[in-house]
Amino acid sequence: MKNAAGKDMFSKLVYERPKTLLDRRLHYCPGCHHGTIHKIIAETIDELGQRENTVGIAPVGCAVLLYDYMDLDILEAPHGRAPALATGIRRALPDRVVFTYQGDGDLASIGMSEIIHAANRGENITVVFVNNTTYGMTGGQMAPTTMLGQKTTTSPYGRDFRTEGYPIRMAELLAGLEGVAYSARVTVSSPAHIRKAKEAVRKGFEMQLKGMRMGLSIIEILSTCPTNWGMKPLDAQKRVLGEMADYFPLGVFKEKKQADFE
Amino acid sequence: MATGRIEIDFERCKACELCVPVCPRKCMEMGKTINRQGYMAAVFARPEDCVGCAICAETCPDACIRVWR
Ligand SMILES: Cc1ncc(C[n+]2csc(CCOP(=O)(O)OP(=O)(O)O)c2C)c(N)n1
Ligand code: SF4
Ligand code: SF4
Ligand code: SF4
Repeated sequence: MKNAAGKDMFSKLVYERPKTLLDRRLHYCPGCHHGTIHKIIAETIDELGQRENTVGIAPVGCAVLLYDYMDLDILEAPHGRAPALATGIRRALPDRVVFTYQGDGDLASIGMSEIIHAANRGENITVVFVNNTTYGMTGGQMAPTTMLGQKTTTSPYGRDFRTEGYPIRMAELLAGLEGVAYSARVTVSSPAHIRKAKEAVRKGFEMQLKGMRMGLSIIEILSTCPTNWGMKPLDAQKRVLGEMADYFPLGVFKEKKQADFE
Repeated sequence: MATGRIEIDFERCKACELCVPVCPRKCMEMGKTINRQGYMAAVFARPEDCVGCAICAETCPDACIRVWR
């Protein structure tokens, strides 16, 4: 097709799936943000030219099949143990970029001790932490990040702080550790937020790329689980931007500079 | 007149509707045809208004949309 000036129209492809994201159907539920988050990680790896150099660690949780979706070397960790695997790989192969992908059940519950110590040791890895306030894969049980009053299969009357404590703010907690180079909380619940989230993921990866031990980077992404929340995907996004972002503030909690090490 | 064009992968779409409200030109709608996954996939209803901004494609969690300008 030609336009009025005789030029070819629609000949320039301006968006397609990133090369790092394999051309396969994702198994996630409709509107689940795991897919969006895979996309921004894959785009970042493409843009940084690190596809041949990156090792990913998949979690136990809905994203357990990460290795089927990304054109990268990916290992599967036991539940919560992704930071330990990432530590070993990054130390044995110090030139690689290593990231973990973990849910809130994985990272903040069974894997709490792993992430705290990896962060405190300042391991040179990037952690993508998907906080959807529930255990998605196993049918929507309460997680450490479940909101007060939120009904789950194991808190049928809503989470009560008197018996279950408070939702834990991981990005702030980890930012307080000396070994952490970068800590941010983002969401992918609108186009503008997706772009900001991608910037944060890029910053996180760059902490490993500058040829110095900058320390651990964590990007907490407030995410949806429409299925277990019993919500339509569009309503689930509204919940993230409303109730969730009120309790889990978006922002950058720590960003070390190269000069901090000189 | 359109300055962009998109293509939706009909079989991959899961009808989540996330791409519909984000389009600044309101080009997207939910369709009425069921794909092999069992979802009534989104359709590019108003191609004449598309500006090729790729916001729909960036939003789609299932990477179903390609965009040309
Ligand atoms: C050692 C061990 N304990 C428990 C389980 C069961 N299990 C599988 S996934 C999961 C929770 C996943 O939740 P989350 O990390 O929040 O990820 P999501 O599925 O929400 O993405 C649990 C407890 C397991 N696989 N291994
Ligand atoms: S159960 Fe929740 S987290 Fe898992 S794929 Fe479905 S919507 Fe996503
Ligand atoms: S490319 Fe932009 S204008 Fe065209 S359908 Fe997508 S969001 Fe709408
Ligand atoms: S965002 Fe993607 S999967 Fe969802 S309705 Fe639109 S094209 Fe289909």
